[in-house]
Amino acid sequence: MINPLKLGAALLIFCASPALHAQEEEESLLDLLGDEDPKTEYATASFKTTRIVNSHSLENTHHGVLDVKISHRFGFINSGVYEIFGLDQASIRLGLDYGVTDWLMVGLGRSSFEKTYDGFVKARILRQSSGERKMPITLSWLSTMTINTLRWAYPERVNFSTSRYAYAHQLIVGRKFSEGFTLQLMPSVVHRNLVATADDAHDIFAMGAGGRLKLTKRIALNAEYYYAHPNQLDAGRRNSLSIGFDIETGGHVFQLHFSNSTHMVEKGFITETTGNWLDGDIHFGFNISRVFTVHRPKPKPVNY
Amino acid sequence: MNIKAAISLLICLGLHAWGMAQDKYFTRKGEVDFFSSAPLEDIRAENNGAMCVLDLNSGKVEVSLLIASFSFKKALMQEHFNENYMESGKHPKATFKGVVEDIEKLDLKKQETQTFEAKGVLSIKGVEREVSTSVTMKPGKAGMEVQTTFIVKPEDHDIKIPAVVRDNIAREIEVNVNMNLQPLER
Repeated sequence: MINPLKLGAALLIFCASPALHAQEEEESLLDLLGDEDPKTEYATASFKTTRIVNSHSLENTHHGVLDVKISHRFGFINSGVYEIFGLDQASIRLGLDYGVTDWLMVGLGRSSFEKTYDGFVKARILRQSSGERKMPITLSWLSTMTINTLRWAYPERVNFSTSRYAYAHQLIVGRKFSEGFTLQLMPSVVHRNLVATADDAHDIFAMGAGGRLKLTKRIALNAEYYYAHPNQLDAGRRNSLSIGFDIETGGHVFQLHFSNSTHMVEKGFITETTGNWLDGDIHFGFNISRVFTVHRPKPKPVNY
Repeated sequence: MNIKAAISLLICLGLHAWGMAQDKYFTRKGEVDFFSSAPLEDIRAENNGAMCVLDLNSGKVEVSLLIASFSFKKALMQEHFNENYMESGKHPKATFKGVVEDIEKLDLKKQETQTFEAKGVLSIKGVEREVSTSVTMKPGKAGMEVQTTFIVKPEDHDIKIPAVVRDNIAREIEVNVNMNLQPLER
């Protein structure tokens, strides 16, 4: 025979247990759903736009977005009051960039400098992320081609159209270290089909570095530098150094900067920079970027 | 063991199971969208990953969603939303913790829309505000449809709108919630 008192006490405890459960749940009802599925978070907004100053940043134009870029470099600021510190002259590049997918962008441009057309393809191979899938860096590949369309200097000679072509290839390895700081390295090679003299190299190897420091939510300080060993560069050519500010206002990004490079595509600013910062051979310039969403990709299904 | 004890044991077991039964409803795929109507543009964004648990015994309800999961028509707008306005890196979630009042009046057998008042604390960008809103619930075979609409003011949650885009973003933003809650089995 079981002791009814003991049984009663046991039952009381047993029946009261839902109430005890209820007490535990005071903490958070959402805890009942268990841990959330791990998600991969990609680093975004490492730079305000796809260019640092002249150079490509590790950012890509988003899928379906057309980015219209208007870039100006005024004359050297040491040209004095007569040239109103360079503002009388301008080198211009008009460009269109398009995001074919989130990882692939293409672009076309026309520069007034040497009447150059350029085209490029930029593919993001690795994307910085945290969470379920961890990747410390973003890695992109950039290939550009330029065609100089100046009239032939010696039309009476046999001229080949291939002589007008130059190529640049670049790896962009970068990381957004914190909300405000991003750094990237750009090992690059430039190939020119035709060079001016027999002493000039067809292939020039250079290492670039670029970074961004966010000053406020909408203003950032950018800088980039390319180093090519001096004996590779043509006589009188220098390494490119540019410093500027990004100002973002919704759909526009205004980039205001100082650079010793006149040209705004890789082949030009890596190998044909002539200005010397210490002598005041500095261009003031700006890039204006305006984005248009021309195609809206279907939102990816969220996995639960 | 006598029969009386056995019966009371069975009743107790039954009560215990009943106490644990489907008194809680949940979802992990709640739809939350918001709409901002301003002179220069209309902005809409949606999120299909809101988590919600509703306790029908106490009326307690909790909702949580990831800010970064809102999807916009324009990719750049989405980037700016996270980067400049919501700072979703610092404040990844928005939550609501509150009570549906008079929840005992909810009749699960009646498959029609029933209206209640919900009160609680809405936390967006780490800033907590008391809110109350009317909620409709419609029990059905496929779960319980829950719907509510309320207004959020960006300034109430420390979301600063610079003067240049003042006419692009509404001062009052309409938030719509649509959820299909399922019984929570354990």
